Amino acid sequence: MNKAEILIIDDEAQIRKLLQITLQSNDYIVKEAATAKEGSIMAANHPPDLIILDLGLPDENGHEVLKKLREWYTGPIMILSVQRTEEDIIKALDNGANDYLVKPFRTGELLARIRSSLRSTNAEESIPIITCKNLMIDLTARTVKKDDETVKLTSTEYNLLSLLVKNEGKVLTHHYLLREIWGPGYINQSQYLRVFTAQLRKKIEDDPNRPAFILTEAGVGYRFVGE
Amino acid sequence: MELFINRISKANQFIISILLVSFIAAVCYILSGFIGYKVVAFILLFTVSLLAITLDILPVLAAAVLSALIWDFFFIPPHFTLWVSSTEDLILLLMYFIIALVNAVLTYKIRQIEKIARQKEEKANTVKLYNTLLNSLSHELRTPISTIIAATDNLQAGNSKLNEVHKNELIAEIAKASFRLDQQVDNLLNMSRIDAGFIQPKKDWCDITEIIYDAAHRVEENDILQQIHISIHPGIPLFKLDKGMLEQILYNLLNNAVIYTKPTCSIKVSATFYADILEIVVEDDGPGFPKAEINQVFEKFYRLKNTVTSGTGLGLSIVKGFVDAQKGSISLENIDTGGAKFTIAIKGETSYLKI
Repeated sequence: MNKAEILIIDDEAQIRKLLQITLQSNDYIVKEAATAKEGSIMAANHPPDLIILDLGLPDENGHEVLKKLREWYTGPIMILSVQRTEEDIIKALDNGANDYLVKPFRTGELLARIRSSLRSTNAEESIPIITCKNLMIDLTARTVKKDDETVKLTSTEYNLLSLLVKNEGKVLTHHYLLREIWGPGYINQSQYLRVFTAQLRKKIEDDPNRPAFILTEAGVGYRFVGE
Repeated sequence: MELFINRISKANQFIISILLVSFIAAVCYILSGFIGYKVVAFILLFTVSLLAITLDILPVLAAAVLSALIWDFFFIPPHFTLWVSSTEDLILLLMYFIIALVNAVLTYKIRQIEKIARQKEEKANTVKLYNTLLNSLSHELRTPISTIIAATDNLQAGNSKLNEVHKNELIAEIAKASFRLDQQVDNLLNMSRIDAGFIQPKKDWCDITEIIYDAAHRVEENDILQQIHISIHPGIPLFKLDKGMLEQILYNLLNNAVIYTKPTCSIKVSATFYADILEIVVEDDGPGFPKAEINQVFEKFYRLKNTVTSGTGLGLSIVKGFVDAQKGSISLENIDTGGAKFTIAIKGETSYLKI
């Protein structure tokens, strides 16, 4: 497989430098842009495999840049920002960002998120059986096995799990999950999500109080991690 | 006293002084069969002096003039006229008038001087607090910055005497320092949000168990040696509260307990509920808080007098700020067997949704 190409749009030279070193040493091809304008042109001329976008750009609001990119760019866009309020994160995810990482970030975390973003676009259509550590999910047979033993899930629990698994690595917002699983009338009923994720964790996690698969993104949503 | 006076309006001050003087004069008039008019002068002077201690200058001067006129009109013979027949009485009246005025003015001046002294003291205290803040802040921010600069200098200088172990140690120090810096910036941002007064709790359904475990894990990630024990009422409902604030409250309390107790100590978090009130207790078996300072620990920038660890004194004031923002209460007490115990109670909508 060819090396994946990543475009960084960030006005901070230090961050760009750091990302460049980190990504190049992990076998990615890196392109850099310091402004929204420059970044958009570079992305249009030669669409990268993934875009890392800062929200605080000098020439245009990052949310606007994101919206414009999403009008035509279908690859993963990852937001890397110092803004850490739930509103900003939810807004970015709603505007089509695949992931949101807050500065300061850990390099390991960044690389893991990049890998999973690239993987989910590569994988696209159905891999019928997904195996993560000691967990196996068969999307055709709608069965879940943990340590080779079948886990009994209610249909809602299964729907929640499969939706999270199909979007592995990606943060799914509360509203999105509620709408997809319970329906549009339930988008404010976050108590359902709390109860069902707690239930699900009890069934699939080794230690439900230290979840390794279903992670909470405080105030934003949930993310399934398979690595 | 000063506060009390400030709350009485100017008009009311005049009414009080006129009423009191008239009342005392009336009493004296009733008793005039038993006391001579010269004694009445002393009683009235005494009344004016009392007023001078509490009221502003103008109402006191009014009382002085009024009492002189009343004394002249009702008490100095011949009665019911301002006319004074004997020279002795005229001198007495003049003396009365002067003493009453001097009395009023002198008392007023003394109070002015006291007020200025008090303002100076308050200003000095503010400056002192500001300096303490700057000192602790610059210390808290500069220590990690110095660590990072010094460590990178060492690594950059191509110091050939550095072996791999040293290099790794320096890198670990940089990591630790950056983490500390990040936390302090978080603290400052939280505090300024609280100070600015625009923290509105964002309420959503909270799984209390999850929040407590998450906070405990965040603390445990700092490679702590103390044990954190968690016990949660199994029937605890979902509470509609601000998750971010709740987690920060718990993190700060747990982190504090870790910093200020020995590695052999243990920390306990327990959560229970009474109808729609969530109660969370964080306790440790460490040294507890000095009795004399226990009421001050939630104040901004307050640090215990004999503290040896570093810090900005922001942690607990942020806790208080976040508890207050959710209209909850927090109390701190020492446990008889040793240790500190924080109890938080927050009222919130509950949900007993079960599958």
